[in-house]
Amino acid sequence: MSKNTRIILICSGKGGVGKTTLTANLGIALARQGFRTAVLDADFGLRNLDLLLGLENRIVYTAQEVLEESCRLDQALVKHKQEPNLALLPAGNPRMLEWLKPEDMQRIVSMLIDDFDYVLIDCPAGVEDGFRNAVAASKEAIVVTNPEISAVRDADRVIGLLNTHSVEPIQLVLNRVRPKMIASQEMLSVNDVTDILALPLLGLVLEDEQVIVSTNRGEPLTLSSSKSPAARCYTNIAKRMQGEEIPIIDPSKEGSSIGDKFKRLMQTKIF
Amino acid sequence: MTMTLRDILNKLLGRQPSSASTARERLQLVLAHDRSDLSPELMEQMRREILEVVAKYVEIDIEAGAVSLETEDRMTALVANLPIRRPLAINSKIEEVSS
Ligand SMILES: Nc1ncnc2c1ncn2[C@@H]1O[C@H](COP(=O)(O)OP(=O)(O)OP(=O)(O)O)[C@@H](O)[C@H]1O
Ligand SMILES: [Mg+2]
Repeated sequence: MSKNTRIILICSGKGGVGKTTLTANLGIALARQGFRTAVLDADFGLRNLDLLLGLENRIVYTAQEVLEESCRLDQALVKHKQEPNLALLPAGNPRMLEWLKPEDMQRIVSMLIDDFDYVLIDCPAGVEDGFRNAVAASKEAIVVTNPEISAVRDADRVIGLLNTHSVEPIQLVLNRVRPKMIASQEMLSVNDVTDILALPLLGLVLEDEQVIVSTNRGEPLTLSSSKSPAARCYTNIAKRMQGEEIPIIDPSKEGSSIGDKFKRLMQTKIF
Repeated sequence: MTMTLRDILNKLLGRQPSSASTARERLQLVLAHDRSDLSPELMEQMRREILEVVAKYVEIDIEAGAVSLETEDRMTALVANLPIRRPLAINSKIEEVSS
């Protein structure tokens, strides 16, 4: 059973592109599908996963006490009330960064695999120690990026590093997509980004104000049956992770008004 | 380099290219360098050395020769564009070099 546990790193290189939001939403969505899911906050410097899941007041122990063997793993895991299939392993004190080694992360993950189908690791930004520790414990990766030049460049860097760590498969999630801007060619299109990064696209997430609303409440969008654009995107990504074939719709190719059709025509590639 | 219909229209009208197309071009360039880990100085040094070698065999303009990195599908290629001024009698040159 433990061999089948999928251990997935959620990383990006650049900060603030939506790793933690994706981890929280996928964690809830997978749990709702019946999978026993653990989300591991590997961002020890700036932990936030607890907040996005609304679990910040229920933390007693963290990964730190587990590693120091001053508590058991099940004492540190925080179960989600509405979705008991989901558990958070909180990040410890930022001072952990001084001594944390790749082997420590591997040890934590190896303790989780017996009881979970999925382990999602919320990676810190950057490509330094925090990233390296998290990669060492991961089998697969999801690279999150935005259709912006700096985010794509950093994603490319991270993909190069993941390749040297034999993490596989590596899939792409393109977050904060704005169809209108893509249609008027003021934003890199979905194809532009997948062409440049040459990674299979697991899904895209639309720019959506509801993401902020749900963060305020500590209730990920996938928790309710929200029909907001981003909620549907996250749910579809979770389904694709099981191999369900849900087509990815290029948002800039939708719309049937004459204006939309004209913009589509203008996107035709000539060379 | 990909060009959309809008890019062509912009060009015809003397307008700036769309920002997405500028972003695409800039990214392709910067990634070719990131992926190869070559600094501009090293690129320039390599360009000069390649041209010096080629100049042994054909007459070229050292300043006009361009060596660049191009990238597609995570594969980076070194592309040299070296206009030959005058196709030399290559055989005689080889003899000269080997003698
Ligand atoms: N699809 C979206 N639409 C609108 N806002 C979004 C979307 N995705 C993320 N955000 C916002 O972007 C910000 C950064 O998100 P998040 O914290 O998930 O990024 P991160 O990659 O984990 O950042 P860090 O590198 O600091 O850990 C948050 O304010 C979040 O609400
Ligand atoms: Mg984060």
